[in-house]
Amino acid sequence: MSARRIIPCLDVKYGRVVKGVQFRDHRDAGDIVEQAMRYRDEGADELVFYDITASAEGRSVDLAWVRKVAETIDIPFAVAGGLCSRDKAAACLDCGADKVSINSPALERPGLIGELAREFGSQCVVLGVDSFEANGDYWVKQYTGSPDATRDTGRRTLDWVREACDRGAGEVVLNCMRRDGVRTGYDIPHTAAVVKAITVPVIASGGAGAPEHFRHAFEIGASGALAATVFHERIIGIPKLKEFLVSCGIEMRL
Amino acid sequence: MKLAIVDLGCGNIGSVRLAFRRFGLSPFVTADPEQLAAADKVVLPGVGAAGFAMERIQALGLREPLRSLKQPALGICLGMQLLFDRSEEEDVDCLGIIPGAVRALEPEPERPVPHMGWSRVHVGNQDLGLRSGDYVYFAHSYACDDGPATVARADYGRPIPAVVRTGNWLGAQFHPERSGEAGARFLQSFLQ
Repeated sequence: MSARRIIPCLDVKYGRVVKGVQFRDHRDAGDIVEQAMRYRDEGADELVFYDITASAEGRSVDLAWVRKVAETIDIPFAVAGGLCSRDKAAACLDCGADKVSINSPALERPGLIGELAREFGSQCVVLGVDSFEANGDYWVKQYTGSPDATRDTGRRTLDWVREACDRGAGEVVLNCMRRDGVRTGYDIPHTAAVVKAITVPVIASGGAGAPEHFRHAFEIGASGALAATVFHERIIGIPKLKEFLVSCGIEMRL
Repeated sequence: MKLAIVDLGCGNIGSVRLAFRRFGLSPFVTADPEQLAAADKVVLPGVGAAGFAMERIQALGLREPLRSLKQPALGICLGMQLLFDRSEEEDVDCLGIIPGAVRALEPEPERPVPHMGWSRVHVGNQDLGLRSGDYVYFAHSYACDDGPATVARADYGRPIPAVVRTGNWLGAQFHPERSGEAGARFLQSFLQ
């Protein structure tokens, strides 16, 4: 495997970085380009920007900040939010995003995954999954950016990630919703099950609160670990986190 | 300096174009053979799948103009793979500048495909701006055959040519524009 990746996630709303708890109550967390540079300088391996209300509000991401980020940083970044067509994804990549991450639009029209993979390559197509535990299984939710719009899809998470990879998704960001923003650790059994089910890289998401949590995710085969709260609020510093993980025998880019 | 980026009319050239602006350069994006021939340096960026990219190269009449470039030229990611004879991806003939084929990476436990992320490179004795042990960013599902053209390698279950060089052509399987300080050194070395 490559060095495991530490991936700060920046939720974007109306051109600003925000952070909520369990997908609600979003607070302002700063300017997009400043935050991107800060994380780049601290040693983040990659960034993800979610325009969290784009899908629920039926619009696409605003491209001006995508271009600004692409021009400024020299690490890879993915963009997500309302990318529901080939043209919208293409515009995003043309503005310098390295990958597009699709979630609700892929659930609306799974064929979109294959269309993007054929034209841009699987490595550009990330599947975002919001997974929710209920009735002894894990299920996919849609339109999670807005509490009023969130709905069940009736799809089992493992079925959906397998289908998406067959269609050409090149990476899966698995967000376990009950863990989002609560800092009690990633959902390790569920993440491990997804790692086993597919052959593309899996990024753990939702629940990071301590350096140990990152170690747990990497030990069960996650390629990357995504977090927001602990980085935005400087509870965990990336350089120290990486040092800790290296001391546990995990390969990191220092 | 007149730096040209080959525009195949598809895919992801934004990332490469904007990266050169960090070096104070304003590359021009073109598919015109005369403009390419007149440029000081040429970059062939990665643009998705090999079959699709070669279709575009044929349709734009760029096969021979690219093969006959004399100035320093750099293929990035898929742009490097296109320099080889052929690609297993959609089983397509490529530019034939470097002997060998491009083959699928096989996933294994703990080694997912695409190979996506930061891997260490081992650099031979050529000055590429890179040092052995540098981490650079890869994002690919296919890789070129290892051979005499390889001047830097990564390991991903098999030796992966990270940089190849033949005549005026340089190829990078990784994304120098997204490889932090090591990538910047590599690009700087190409630009000098």
